[in-house]
Amino acid sequence: MIALDSRPRLAPKARIRFDRKTARYLLLYPERGLVLNPTAADIAALCTGEHTVHTIVERLTEKYASQPRAQVERDVMAFLATLAERGLMRTDP
Amino acid sequence: MSDEYRPYTLVAELTYRCPLRCVYCSNPVEYTRHTDGLDTADWLRVFREAEELGVVQLHLTGGEPVLRDDLEALVEGARAADLYTNLITSGIPLSRERLARFRSLGLDNVQVSIQDVAAPSSDRVAGARVFERKLQVARWVKELGFPLTLNVVLHRENLGHVEEIVALAEALAADRLELANTQYVGWALVNRRVLLPTAAQLDGARRVSAAAHARLRGKMEVLFVMPDYYSEFPKACMDGWARRFLVVSPDGLALPCHAAHTLPGLVFENVKDRPLEAIWRDSPAFNAFRGDAWMPEPCKSCERRAIDFGGCRCQAYLLTKNAAATDPACSLSPDHGLIEAARQEALSAPDDGFEYRAPRPAVRK
Ligand code: SF4
Ligand code: SF4
Repeated sequence: MIALDSRPRLAPKARIRFDRKTARYLLLYPERGLVLNPTAADIAALCTGEHTVHTIVERLTEKYASQPRAQVERDVMAFLATLAERGLMRTDP
Repeated sequence: MSDEYRPYTLVAELTYRCPLRCVYCSNPVEYTRHTDGLDTADWLRVFREAEELGVVQLHLTGGEPVLRDDLEALVEGARAADLYTNLITSGIPLSRERLARFRSLGLDNVQVSIQDVAAPSSDRVAGARVFERKLQVARWVKELGFPLTLNVVLHRENLGHVEEIVALAEALAADRLELANTQYVGWALVNRRVLLPTAAQLDGARRVSAAAHARLRGKMEVLFVMPDYYSEFPKACMDGWARRFLVVSPDGLALPCHAAHTLPGLVFENVKDRPLEAIWRDSPAFNAFRGDAWMPEPCKSCERRAIDFGGCRCQAYLLTKNAAATDPACSLSPDHGLIEAARQEALSAPDDGFEYRAPRPAVRK
């Protein structure tokens, strides 16, 4: 479980780029890539090590005002877990 | 062309030259017939054209890519095209200074191959005394802040060492460990008798690797690639013919896979003669095995045909002399007996030595 006050940061091997063909962001890492949906792309862009998970949830709740906060929090947690499982995320204390 | 056929990865074989002589090298057995026909400007154009086509991942490989003096310019151009750029090297001959230059030019990842966990056995397979140097290079890769992929090709002589290989990868702080069982094309097919493991050896290695995979999740990616000689169904070779991968050989041939030019009857076009996009879309060789119209039975009516695409065309040709046959590695193939015979042979294979990669005619050691 990822703590709400941790500050996630993309692992050095991960790089985000825009894909003109699909108009989506891709998260590239050795031999592989993840296609990011708009929410995931927003979360990934905030994984800089500066923001806490709590702040990321706040920011996304503002942006996606039609979605309940609990839902946004679940989305953030699920995506961060995916990143962690693939070794694409570091959490700075 | 639909997204069904979009290359995501360009494999740039910058040269077939290499100071090593690995007994399983997947370069063509007649590699000396292919010269380095593309200059810096050609390659940079190929990178840009590939990116236009949809490529996002670039492998700089060979042979040994660091033998190219213009590798700095190529790395720089690859990053300018926003490609995720991976250098696949044996680590020989590579200095810390040059690696640092690649780092500052934006190289994303470095893959170093070792042959085994100790110098004598590793060097025996590489055909040169290079093991310690390779470890040094792997350490530099990490010191300079690169992600490190450690690649080990598995066969009967090192399958029993997977536990030690994992420990070595951990000690080197590798981010990804590829335990890739030998694919029997190129020099590996020449040496199949001495390389092909038994089912029991393979099982042991697979168990060790699965445990490491689970234990290291999130820290190091452990990938175990089964040899299809021991799988019920073949792998989706290259994710399907001319579907996700594009290979350009040192002399400039655009290929759906690095061994495709061993297939007779297919004419592969040169990137110097035609834009990559036109080759990818229109070239008869690229279209030869797309879709399922070319498939024979049992593939044609098999529900796995959209999963494995009938297996590997090169393997089909090398074993049956028919590139459009069902991959004999498939248990449903009428030629599967060829694979069973090879497995049988592995049970009793005498160690009569390797044939090293060398300009043909080769000398037996
Ligand atoms: S497999 Fe060995 S001989 Fe072949 S290119 Fe790679 S390092 Fe060189
Ligand atoms: S018959 Fe063909 S499509 Fe079916 S599993 Fe075998 S190789 Fe794949």
